[in-house]
Amino acid sequence: MLHDRDRIFTNLYGERPWNLEAARRRGDWDGTKDIILKGRDWLVNEMKVSGLRGRGGAGFPTGLKWSFMPKQADGPVYLVVNADESEPGTCKDREIIRNEPHKLIEGCLLAGAAMGCTAGYIYIRGEFVQEAKILQAAIDEAYAAGLLGKNACGSGYDFELYLHRGAGAYICGEETGLLESLEGKKGQPRLKPPFPAAVGLYGRPTTVNNVETIAVAPTIFRRGAAWFAGLGRPNNTGTKIFCISGHVNRPCTVEEEMGIPLKTLLEKHAGGVRGGWDNLLAVIPGGSSVPLIPKEICDTVRMDFDSLREVQSGLGTAGVIVMDRSTDIVKAIARLSRFYMHESCGQCTPCREGTGWLWRMMERMAEGEAELAEIDQLLDVTKEIEGHTICALGDAAAWPVQGLIRHFRGELERRIRDRKLLARQAA
Amino acid sequence: MSGPSLGPKQPYGAMAPDVATFAFTAENLEEAKRILARYPAGRQASAVLPLLHLAQAQHGGWLPKAALDYVADFLGMARIRVYEVATFYDMFNIEPVGRVQVRVCTTTPCWLCGSDAVLRAAREVLGCEPGQSSPDGRFFLREFECLGACANAPVLWIDDHFYEDLTYETARAVLEAVVRGERPKPGPQSGRKGSMPAGGKTTLFEVGE
Repeated sequence: MLHDRDRIFTNLYGERPWNLEAARRRGDWDGTKDIILKGRDWLVNEMKVSGLRGRGGAGFPTGLKWSFMPKQADGPVYLVVNADESEPGTCKDREIIRNEPHKLIEGCLLAGAAMGCTAGYIYIRGEFVQEAKILQAAIDEAYAAGLLGKNACGSGYDFELYLHRGAGAYICGEETGLLESLEGKKGQPRLKPPFPAAVGLYGRPTTVNNVETIAVAPTIFRRGAAWFAGLGRPNNTGTKIFCISGHVNRPCTVEEEMGIPLKTLLEKHAGGVRGGWDNLLAVIPGGSSVPLIPKEICDTVRMDFDSLREVQSGLGTAGVIVMDRSTDIVKAIARLSRFYMHESCGQCTPCREGTGWLWRMMERMAEGEAELAEIDQLLDVTKEIEGHTICALGDAAAWPVQGLIRHFRGELERRIRDRKLLARQAA
Repeated sequence: MSGPSLGPKQPYGAMAPDVATFAFTAENLEEAKRILARYPAGRQASAVLPLLHLAQAQHGGWLPKAALDYVADFLGMARIRVYEVATFYDMFNIEPVGRVQVRVCTTTPCWLCGSDAVLRAAREVLGCEPGQSSPDGRFFLREFECLGACANAPVLWIDDHFYEDLTYETARAVLEAVVRGERPKPGPQSGRKGSMPAGGKTTLFEVGE
């Protein structure tokens, strides 16, 4: 269990002001210059040693990602921060932005220094209007205090940081869709390679990181990679903000240690499952894109990348969506299918057409208005989408349906049989 | 540097009419220039989303074709590129709609926590269906995808503010106040602080100042 002294986001609930003065009292911007002066190699290596894996969903090792940036580049090099938080079940970056904006801003500066970036853009989702106001005000404070811009923090390093507002498109959370959007186009993802580290924003070397990834960086540098690596489990180190929604007694966001058992997480912080643990039906453990896990897996599973992968799900964004036994599980997943249909950018045929097929089939499954053979047909449609698209949205649309069929095939069959029985009785 | 401009707050009146010509107000023109300065020379197309936000706020919640053309010309972009953008992103309205945007999140986490009841409250109070404006033209109701406040579900987004932890009753109360022209206090309507667990936090006791 994580001690308060090891929590990074001490103002997660906004109990104290977000401003620079209050942030400094929490330890932000302390010795930033000295950290920058340790140099690129030290920063990247320290990040590697910390074991931090990207908090946006994919869990790619952050230090390794940073090391992909060219050592020497003539001209602009960019850091882009993905604050387009839109994954259903996820509400952690919003808390960081509105309550701990200086952790994010200082993190941008340090990540920028680690990769030799000349400027950074924070791409925030358009709906976060109040959050954007706070973040912009915090950036202005940092500029006024000499922490950003020319000779940032007196370190001799020049780094500009800008805020950019999106306008309501889930696909802009995909890193190359985000870059397209930032360039003023439709947010349609790019083919990779080339990867952004080679050809990114405006064709220049770019790294895209999630808000939480960047916001934990200053504390890692200050307290040391060994401290962070000592928390959590091997290959799944550190702390993580979990967002707990759905059928729990007290939904919340909370920072906990990676690898905490799911049951402990829900019972200790979220007041437990509504109606008690035995009333649990299933949990979507990492935002809507990961397959659900039924209660018998929830009983023992730990909340980290590798543990959840072993049970054919994923940590994703750590948006934990809890569903008790009153839930119409087929309808809950059908609603996610509608989400992916709505958010498909329309570029790749399997996703553009397939997400519509998934939704229509799922709506019929919810009513049992189907033939038994169509369950396998539905599974087949998911396989036709998965892996056949430019970006991961296709996979993300397929996985929730696959998870449903894997664990609740009996429920789908029951609905189809019941409906047929009712039809026969009526006839 | 300055804050993202949200445009002037207009009194809640009827729908803004279509117009043959559009231009930024002097104040918004200054803001547009500040926005442009964030992007490198020759990359001014990057400012298209912020400028469309600015234009939409100025014109009472929707973008007439004249405004799209104005933004395209302002940025030196082909007009078709701006039309593409305006139709791709959910926050832009290219048909006349009510000035006050009311969005009910109905994605699974909100749905699990009762967004159906919130949507019902919105239909009843505003007197229109999702995708429509209220009969008096003041409000535009939409079902919206995940707004990113799931630990405070269900949520309602009214005119740039989140209303959270709603029930049928509190959603009605908030909407009725907005209809009366008031601005109810945003945030969790359950009275809790942010996304802290209701009834008190379970962490962060030993953090001092």
